[in-house]
Amino acid sequence: MAKLTLDELRRRREQARKSIYLRDGEFRGKVIVHMGTCGIAAGARAIVATFLEELEKSGRTDILVTTSGCAGLCSKEPMATVEMLDSPPVKYVLLTPEKVRRIFAEHILGGVAVAEYALGIGSERAG
Amino acid sequence: MAARRIELMLCTGTGCVAGGAFRIKKVLEEEIARHGLQSEISIVPTGCNGFCGQGPLLVVMPEKIFYGWLKTEDIPFLVQEHFLKGRPVKKLMFTPPERKEPIPLLSDIPFFKKQMLIVLRNKGIIDPEKIDDYIARDGYAALEKVLTSMTPEEVIEEIIKSGLRGRGGAGFPTGIKWKVCRNEPKTPKYVICNCDEGDPGAYMDRSVLESDPHSVIEGQTIAAYAIGASHGYIYVRTEYPLAIKRMQKAIEQAREYGLLGENILGTGFSFDLEIREGSGAFVCGEETSLIHSIEGKSPEPRQRPPFPAQVGIWGCPTVINNVETLATVPVIINRGAEWFSKIGTETSKGTKIFSLVGKINNTGLIEVPMGITLREIIYEIGGGIPGNRKFKAVQTGGPSGGCIPASLIDLPIDYESLTQAGSMMGSGGMIVMDEDTCMVDVAKFFIQFTNDESCGKCTTCRDGSAALLEVLTRITDGEGQEGDIEFLEELAWAIKDASMCGLGTTLPNPVLTTIRYFREEYEAHIREKRCPAKVCKNLIAYWIDPQLCQACLICKRECPAEAIYGEKHIVHVIDQSKCTKCGTCLEVCPPRFGAVKKLSGEPVPPVERGMKVERKKKTATPLQEQSSA
Repeated sequence: MAKLTLDELRRRREQARKSIYLRDGEFRGKVIVHMGTCGIAAGARAIVATFLEELEKSGRTDILVTTSGCAGLCSKEPMATVEMLDSPPVKYVLLTPEKVRRIFAEHILGGVAVAEYALGIGSERAG
Repeated sequence: MAARRIELMLCTGTGCVAGGAFRIKKVLEEEIARHGLQSEISIVPTGCNGFCGQGPLLVVMPEKIFYGWLKTEDIPFLVQEHFLKGRPVKKLMFTPPERKEPIPLLSDIPFFKKQMLIVLRNKGIIDPEKIDDYIARDGYAALEKVLTSMTPEEVIEEIIKSGLRGRGGAGFPTGIKWKVCRNEPKTPKYVICNCDEGDPGAYMDRSVLESDPHSVIEGQTIAAYAIGASHGYIYVRTEYPLAIKRMQKAIEQAREYGLLGENILGTGFSFDLEIREGSGAFVCGEETSLIHSIEGKSPEPRQRPPFPAQVGIWGCPTVINNVETLATVPVIINRGAEWFSKIGTETSKGTKIFSLVGKINNTGLIEVPMGITLREIIYEIGGGIPGNRKFKAVQTGGPSGGCIPASLIDLPIDYESLTQAGSMMGSGGMIVMDEDTCMVDVAKFFIQFTNDESCGKCTTCRDGSAALLEVLTRITDGEGQEGDIEFLEELAWAIKDASMCGLGTTLPNPVLTTIRYFREEYEAHIREKRCPAKVCKNLIAYWIDPQLCQACLICKRECPAEAIYGEKHIVHVIDQSKCTKCGTCLEVCPPRFGAVKKLSGEPVPPVERGMKVERKKKTATPLQEQSSA
């Protein structure tokens, strides 16, 4: 590798920052894919993969994709909850990779929830 | 790099590696592959996380969930439950002894909460073998800043203003050292990083090299720019193979990027580094010995002045700084002297790393602001003493430091207050002792160490330490005489006064501080032939209480010296002439009997052989009473 100039070092820093964002970043949004046995059987793994693909394409480093257990509505799996900063969480049901791509573009990048795929707005009350 | 959803920060510091971190890594990789999660999850090997007592350990990013005491057999469940299904595994989380529920998040664990990370800013966050990880966390930004916008004099001024003092032990102001060296007319000049860490129980410098080697390279390059050096050495003891390997790799990467070598970043400044391995003589941590060692001479110290900053390696002006000092420099440059000088106390600025070991619940490496009290370190970060034993003392500064007693627990930790208490900051080892520690024995341990390590140049150090050891051994053997304490004190002061280097002038500290704070323990050994902590073998005896012995035969079977007489239903008796005082009987006697006692300073009560056991009567329960009625 050729030796770095000052500018190249700065560029390299910007690039390197992106690769460690999971450890060191601040996040504006989070996707939680429900991965109970029911979710996995209904295809939740493909849903995670599609969210990650879309995230990769977008180049965004302020969105997290995570998983959690069964959401309790097994007949509507695969499900995912999208939580964006400053707006209530939205639960999406009966997901397919196509639906995920639209949710990613419209809700996560565009800030407008895709009402027709949503179960409802908000989360259960913690009791 | 493809987007992922989880990064596993797996500690691969020396402690965790010894505990099997690489075996864990292999199983993690296999399990992740088995579930087809390779594209979603990555494993990042990091340097020492600090919570060594919990190793092998990993932290799950981005949530920062902490898992400790991992075993390879836990991994399949962990991968399936947490990493696939998103259900964190409670049984692998950290649960403090006094609590029932585990604490999932690293940031909520008291051990981490009170810490302040400057030197260890990247620990557990970067892969030490990847220069890009370091660069991502503002790495080499300070070097960039000094090379493009500061004169060497401004750099020195900034370090002086920050109040940074040497972290290797003596606490000399770093900026002043640089200034003296810069002002020397002779060239070339050199800068050496001292990583000859030799104190028993101390591993701060090793951890910095293992977890963030580039921070040291950057600090050292800035020092070189400030004093006008073009060549440097990193002196590491050969017993630190992992640290050496990671440092070597880091140097090669830095050269490849043009951050070391000719014309760094195109600015015209040139500097290069090489590692020199020392073979583990304690005295090599002393700067003039270290220089001799690199020069290929016998590692003996020489008289100062002239100081190395004036006449150092190859007769040239040389700055020698400790690992921690150098790793602090980039942060001071980036964030400013004013910010740094607000942390800590009037005379001691910034933070200090300590290795917290001994009788403490949370063993590990901590970085705390100067001025923090011992109480906060021991009870809040350290989680107190195991088994609810009483805290007795803490040895700071290794063999050169001293014992600080429990009565000084509210002492703020800085250079001056530790020196006033008779100890010293040293490099930052902190050995915690509980009530079962004999202070005379501790003093003997450290003198044994320094006596072994004395280079032999000064008579007071060489023969003086031997004489101290002889008297201490006599006292712990139960052959102490009146006047021994006074002799120890007089000799200790003579050694301090007449030895040349730091090793000799500080080696009596453990003796002096234990006498100062625990004189009554010395007196008990000498006058009553009693060891209050019941440690010194010649002064203790094991005895089986005939009232409590239930003749279970366990101690008789386990005794390696076959010193126990006894049969079924017959009270067991220890034959004192055969007993080697190994303590096995005490360990194996079932706690519900608790028949074996340790005695000191009192005659062993005679027990007749062949006594029948007094059975403990079972108290009848109400139910039994009813049924028998």
